[in-house]
Amino acid sequence: MATIKLSCHVGVGPEVSGEALVTDDNFSARYDLDRIAGIFSRPQHKLAGQSYVDKIMVFNTAKGGVASAWMLHEMKSRGVAPQAILFNNVNPILAQGAALADMALCDRFDDGDVTQLIRTGDRVTVNPGAGLVIVTRG
Amino acid sequence: MKLNAEEQAMLNGELGEPRRWAIEHMMRVGRFFDAPDFVEVTQAHIMADTESLGEAGVEFLEQMAALPESERRVRIPMITDPRGIDFCHYKRLRQTDAMAALEQRAIDAFEAFGIMMTNTCINYQTIMPPVRGEHLAFGDTGVVIYCNSVLGAYSNFEGGPSALAAGLTGRTPRYGLHLDQNRRATKRYRVSCQPKYLSDWGALGGIVGARAGSYWEVPVIEGIESLPGSDEMKHMGAAMASFGSVPLFHLVGVTPEAPTLESVCDPDALPAETIGEADFEAFFSRYGGKGEKVDVVVFSAPQLSLLEMQSLAELLDGKKLHQDTDLLAVTSPVVAADARRMGLVERIESSGALVLEGMCFYQSYAREMGEANGWKRLLTNSVKLTNIIGGYGYEPTLSNMENCVASAIAGEIV
Repeated sequence: MATIKLSCHVGVGPEVSGEALVTDDNFSARYDLDRIAGIFSRPQHKLAGQSYVDKIMVFNTAKGGVASAWMLHEMKSRGVAPQAILFNNVNPILAQGAALADMALCDRFDDGDVTQLIRTGDRVTVNPGAGLVIVTRG
Repeated sequence: MKLNAEEQAMLNGELGEPRRWAIEHMMRVGRFFDAPDFVEVTQAHIMADTESLGEAGVEFLEQMAALPESERRVRIPMITDPRGIDFCHYKRLRQTDAMAALEQRAIDAFEAFGIMMTNTCINYQTIMPPVRGEHLAFGDTGVVIYCNSVLGAYSNFEGGPSALAAGLTGRTPRYGLHLDQNRRATKRYRVSCQPKYLSDWGALGGIVGARAGSYWEVPVIEGIESLPGSDEMKHMGAAMASFGSVPLFHLVGVTPEAPTLESVCDPDALPAETIGEADFEAFFSRYGGKGEKVDVVVFSAPQLSLLEMQSLAELLDGKKLHQDTDLLAVTSPVVAADARRMGLVERIESSGALVLEGMCFYQSYAREMGEANGWKRLLTNSVKLTNIIGGYGYEPTLSNMENCVASAIAGEIV
């Protein structure tokens, strides 16, 4: 069992742990999700058909509209939401949304491309206040 | 973050719970983006549709809206983005009474804050266009990119909670596009093929947005030979923001911060990528459907200007839509009132089309509307709409307004 420590910018939200779901694709709660079913619904998205519920999501960046700022809060209120979202670089909307929803969110990793550093299925602990992500594999 | 005495008083709760929540929320965001302090803003604009708010968002607003008036009133002029419901037409669109009821609760809460229900994403064409250098807290990415780029104002993308926080406090964290150093061009594109229709301007925005691909990139575009008007800029900006989350672009010789290329970048250090005819062809060819039945033709995202309403009326004069195809034209309450007074709404609706106001198609429970009405194949001239609507179960196709109207009459994509 290997453990990797990744440093990032100080994020928002509480410390959480969960299983990673990773893509080098981008993210918008409005464009990409069926928020009732809890799956990626846009056919062109690389995670189309997969469930994001309770996952530690890893994306390249955020895209699209301002709606995601309300949507993270709405998703979390129904318990159909990821535990945390990690990005290489995030836009203000997702950071604002995570701040409202009190959902863990981090970006700007010191060791390079986070979509390569973390793999789907890894066990991940996210500590936004410390800017620290711990990955356990195998 | 550095707070002045008033901001500290807000944080201490001395100006009431809504302003305490607001300043604390903005401090979380400000710390995330290393904002040194707050900047005062003159207007706020908030995303207001209940599909994104949900029951949880409406309850959040209602709890704050129930607090004493002196605590909950916004401090600066604050307006709303399109809602999810046109109350005159929601039954015809097969939206439900539950959707309308939730929408009414949200409206009541917004009004309790003193927010003006403008219900528009074209406030820069219809309400109060900002001036160069004005700091703002605007929601809707299309609004922000237009005001930053075309008008030279300063705004980040403000999601609903942050826009509300800005309205309650009159300020926003100083990061991103409030700082001059983040407004210089980081990507350079030379266009060798001239856009003609609004859908072409949207396609250019989509191509640039997809290539730039990040909130933190600023594209500068050279090679445009004709002067784009407000609607051309609107479609280009909305598509660029949609495809790339890009909040600012420069158009050399046109937009106010880029009278010359040298004013926004060092041309020797920033080589240009070309965008040519093949790129436009590739962009349009991603959308299939020619010759297939079209279920619904939608003009929306952004809402139509008065000039677009006039163009649509002229194309539909004396025509009837195919019996199996619907056509929706979505505009702002201000434009709708003018268009009605001038007879444009009657001319459009005589064809069997429907004019909707104060909403936007994709913010209006599009998945449920599609399932209830049997809408699958959607045709539009909005590049932004094609980018969004696939996630709601539609098969979008892009064409110019003339072809969209001709297809609605033929019942199939021409």
